[in-house]
Amino acid sequence: MLTLKNIPLSAWLGLIVTGLFVFAAVFAPLVAPFPNAEIVGDVWEPMSAAHWLGTDNLGRDLLSRMIFGARTTILIAALATALSFTLGSILGFTAAVIGGWFDQTMSRGVDLLMAIPTLIFALVVLSVLPGNIVTLILVMGILDSTRVYRLARAVAVDINVMDYVEAAKLRGEGRGWIIFREILPNALSPLVAELGLRFIFAVLFLSALSFLGLGVQPPEADWGGMVKENKEGIVFGIPAALIPAAAIAVLAISVNLVADWILNRTTDLKGGRGNG
Amino acid sequence: MASLLKLVAQRIALGLLLLLAVSVLIFVGTQILPGDVAQSILGQSATPQALANLREQLGLNDPAYVRYFHWLWGMLHGDMGTALSNGQDIATSLSGRLKNTLFLAFWAAIVSVPLAIILGLIAVRHKNGFVDKLISGLTLASISLPEFFIGYLLIYFVAVQMQWFPSVSTVYDSMSFLERMKAIALPAATLTLVVLAHMMRMTRAAILNVMQSAYIETAELKGLTPFEIIRRHAFPNAIAPIVNVVMLNLAYLVVGVVVVEVIFVYPGMGQYLVDHVAKRDVPVVQACGLIFAAVYIGLNIIADITAIVSNPRLRHPK
Repeated sequence: MLTLKNIPLSAWLGLIVTGLFVFAAVFAPLVAPFPNAEIVGDVWEPMSAAHWLGTDNLGRDLLSRMIFGARTTILIAALATALSFTLGSILGFTAAVIGGWFDQTMSRGVDLLMAIPTLIFALVVLSVLPGNIVTLILVMGILDSTRVYRLARAVAVDINVMDYVEAAKLRGEGRGWIIFREILPNALSPLVAELGLRFIFAVLFLSALSFLGLGVQPPEADWGGMVKENKEGIVFGIPAALIPAAAIAVLAISVNLVADWILNRTTDLKGGRGNG
Repeated sequence: MASLLKLVAQRIALGLLLLLAVSVLIFVGTQILPGDVAQSILGQSATPQALANLREQLGLNDPAYVRYFHWLWGMLHGDMGTALSNGQDIATSLSGRLKNTLFLAFWAAIVSVPLAIILGLIAVRHKNGFVDKLISGLTLASISLPEFFIGYLLIYFVAVQMQWFPSVSTVYDSMSFLERMKAIALPAATLTLVVLAHMMRMTRAAILNVMQSAYIETAELKGLTPFEIIRRHAFPNAIAPIVNVVMLNLAYLVVGVVVVEVIFVYPGMGQYLVDHVAKRDVPVVQACGLIFAAVYIGLNIIADITAIVSNPRLRHPK
């Protein structure tokens, strides 16, 4: 069973760091020493007691911007991941249960979407869609749901031929029951293990879009956008742009550590590799 | 032999069909909104008469499928239309940039592919040892690092602090080969670092998979030297998975190049695409998107064909 002692060191590290980021994101207005968009000093001040991480390209407190940026980054990435999971797994399960032409149409459609690199297709679509956060979440979520669909369908096809599903069908349960009461609980552990990886992908994808100037628009800022704002300073030896970039990396690595541990645990439950 | 040719031809035909479907998707993707190109060129204050004239001129009154075939016909003949934002011919602006992008991706591939395979072999040689663990750790880190983190770290330390290479990779036609290489050193290094760890890890898995087969054990037991085992038994079976790994990562490189070009202000296709997405210049975005997708699909076809050619089992589908 899951006891605190059984959690390996790397997973502890991941859990604590991820927890810190989420805490900062949720309580941003309370934790941040300065408001998000207030100019409090000179341009690109070095680190000091008043401004722990220095100031940014307009003289705003970088630490406060980072904390508010955590909020935007994590919120958008989480919503996009939630959308891609709901959409991908429901469509994947349905395709596996119904089969036939529905399965064929959906699967070939997903093949087609995956034949274009995600970033390129996102750029194509964003060139005509209005630039706001809702569009961003929809585009990220729908494009990413193709990956979830493939996994969910593969898992559900296996479960669909199990005796208990057969039994449920024979007693006359509807498709909704089969999908949500029979397949979903049994497909949950591989999906949860995938969740962390998809979330990291969403964070990196959002950051890349914002870095290219096509994601979150100023004065709102996520970490990718902050790298863009401060990148001109790099050639003058001012490392302000490296801080949000490093934050993205640290968040991604710590979520990865947790996801790795969950993946190992779920393979354990199936009688797989014997590690904690 | 005839069946092999047939399989290869089938694969290529399938790829072309996919590309056609992708072109429809890209075209439809830019028509989602009923928003009007004429309106976005002329702005909100345009008179209705001017709008109607421009619509007529751009052929916007035709139904969507007519415009699609017109666009596709043009693309196939190298006529990509003109950019909305500055009225320049897209094909002319693109050709130089495409060359630059391929130049950068080519050198990144030349460095990263052999390096990844050699490091992968070293990891197999020291399986579960310190080197192997180090490589796993680096892989975990490298899939989590955004491209711009690696890029700006290199700029900050190598270009600004040590001043070994320029921080901005400007290239122009009159540059000598050496100057050009110096300019792309940092972007190529960034791209290499982005794909290296992943490629290495997959190479390691592919070789391990082969080395653990029963026929390798048999070869060992009948007394072949390690070199002979690798030459006669392991290598021929490992080609297909390794080529697959390499192609997958080259395809990834095609996408990574977009961000890396923006970091280093490199005059390639990625930067051109990003600039024009921001300007909502649809014809340029369509053209660039189609070219990127074509390169991506092309690399995947090459991977499949290599797998068919190098693996006799795939030549006789059941």
